Amino acid sequence: MQRRSLMKAALTAATLTAFGATAAFAENPVLKIGFVGVTSGPAAAWGISNQRSMEARAAWINETGGYTIGDTTYDIEIVSFDDQKDPKRAIAGMEKMAQEGIHYVVGPNVDDGAAAVRPVAESNGIMYFPYAFPKELYQAPASNAVLGMVANYQSGPAIYKYLMENEGVKTVAFIAANESDPLSQRDGGVEAAEALGLEVVSASVTYQVDTTDFTPVLTPVMRAQPDLLVLSGVSPANAPQLIRSARELGFQGLISTETAQDAGVLAEGAGDLANGFISVGGASTPELASPMMNEFVQRYTDMFGEYNDESNTKVYALEYILETLKADPSAITDVDAFQATMDTFEAPNPYMNGDAKLRYVGMSSFGQRRQVAVPLVVNVYQDGAFETLFVAEVD
Amino acid sequence: MEQILANGVYLGSQYAMIALGLTLIFALMNVLNFAHGQMYVIGGFVTYTIYGQWGVPFVLALVMSCVTLAILGALIEKFLFAPVIKGSAREESTMLLAAGIAFFLDAVILLVFGEKQRGVPKIVDGVFNWDFRIIMPYDRILICMLAILSIVAFIGLMQYTKTGRALRALAQDRTAAQLMGVNVDRYSMIGFALGAMLAGLVGGLLVTITGVNLGMGGPTSIKAFMMVMIGGAGVISGAIWGGIILGFMEAIGLALLYQYGDITYLLIFVSLMIFLAIRPQGLMGKPWG
Repeated sequence: MQRRSLMKAALTAATLTAFGATAAFAENPVLKIGFVGVTSGPAAAWGISNQRSMEARAAWINETGGYTIGDTTYDIEIVSFDDQKDPKRAIAGMEKMAQEGIHYVVGPNVDDGAAAVRPVAESNGIMYFPYAFPKELYQAPASNAVLGMVANYQSGPAIYKYLMENEGVKTVAFIAANESDPLSQRDGGVEAAEALGLEVVSASVTYQVDTTDFTPVLTPVMRAQPDLLVLSGVSPANAPQLIRSARELGFQGLISTETAQDAGVLAEGAGDLANGFISVGGASTPELASPMMNEFVQRYTDMFGEYNDESNTKVYALEYILETLKADPSAITDVDAFQATMDTFEAPNPYMNGDAKLRYVGMSSFGQRRQVAVPLVVNVYQDGAFETLFVAEVD
Repeated sequence: MEQILANGVYLGSQYAMIALGLTLIFALMNVLNFAHGQMYVIGGFVTYTIYGQWGVPFVLALVMSCVTLAILGALIEKFLFAPVIKGSAREESTMLLAAGIAFFLDAVILLVFGEKQRGVPKIVDGVFNWDFRIIMPYDRILICMLAILSIVAFIGLMQYTKTGRALRALAQDRTAAQLMGVNVDRYSMIGFALGAMLAGLVGGLLVTITGVNLGMGGPTSIKAFMMVMIGGAGVISGAIWGGIILGFMEAIGLALLYQYGDITYLLIFVSLMIFLAIRPQGLMGKPWG
């Protein structure tokens, strides 16, 4: 009898707990936001920092009661798809998002994936935020892609100009992986450098994306002895090895890239040899990071065990989507309304100190507002951390 | 030219070590171990954790990498490959199993060690510079010497120990070896463990130079297969020559052809196709297997 009572009590408690959990989960309707990007293989770090940024922010929103758009408060659910850096998989991922009724997707991470998903996104009413630079994705008649970061053809000239004026740089060499993204970034960099009057002393050296030993690759570049070595489109996995090999070969000039990097990875892979390395970052340096940015970093770290500095630039896309939907709640299912709102949208940038704004830019580069206005923060690595070199804005 | 030769020796020695474990497993069991690159990556991550994170001396970390991979290899052989080989006469069964293990290990690596590139403190500081004719960091010279010593030790083990003789007998004729009293099951497991241990050893050595990341497994396996194909599948000396040849081809191509873009590997693949069309068994392999 006693055992039966105990079982009944346990069953009741379990039922109530399950009901309670369901009730708590169902308290708010769910707004699904998609992510299609690379989270496996050599470039996994790019997509995983995207996905984890979104998941950390969504968990934070849900924990604090949800996100209010119009009269409704939503819990945010991130639906992720690993495209394995394969355009065919990226299309399948975007089709999955369409089947789930998702209208807002972050990704893909690379040029060919972003180009491949365009027809699926446009025909299914999906706005997507790629981390890819080809201008035709954002210029009319393309309509549904929004560049989620600063492009190399925007950051490169700013960095080269700064280094010409402040460091007396006169000659530059480029090295890139033999892949579409880095090669197109190299070509854009060469064009920008020449337009600024820099002498390009080497731009033909490329390397296999799976290269692990860069000494033989860099030896011919070092013979040119440039003032500045640009690692075009370099992945965080390759950057420390390239820096280390260049320094060990005796290179004394400056080294820069237009991609985001991770200070911990540089510290482990290149140590003090990475001091002075210039890269593009977000608002994580102490003087720029707002209390909200600091809390985001802390929550991300608590959730995943370790922060990734690349997320400084990748925290923004979800915020832009949600803030724009808040500005026009009808856009939740109507991307035309979203696009109309983009032209006038403006909100405070919660991740940066000062009066920085969230707004859509891109008129100069694309002729329409199809780029998020993340700050162009150029960092320099020094003794295990990034320091802000300069901050600029993209129009 | 001196720099090209130095780069070639360095690349060749590390490539030869990568290929050795793969060809050993193929020789013993006729298994194309697609997970060899992932085993190399795990070896790198074990050394990274023990030496880079916990601060244990490098040599001990290297030993732990070898032990970890030897145990992992033995378990994989005993519980996965051995039953499949016994239960299926079709060679593609083991190929599919190996591919499955590679995907599984990739997922495990992502879960346990994360997505980031990892590196460890240099084991030796400084750069050897001979009048700018040869520039080579001392840690590369040390790793190159350790790799060569490991290869010599491995050859010694195979030539002069009872285990080595048993493994060679197994590789030459499995049935004959069994009839002569070799415990085939036991030595298959030891051989697989030894092959995996070599992957762990080279992963642990190279993490000090190249670092390690999740995505290195697949490309490493592909390079290892190329070396084995050049040298001749299942032949130990062939794997060593395959590694040295690939290392020198890479060093020469990167130094002389850089102005034409990244055509070094294109030419290597074309050369490999022509070579295999003429000599499909590789340099040291026998046409009959």
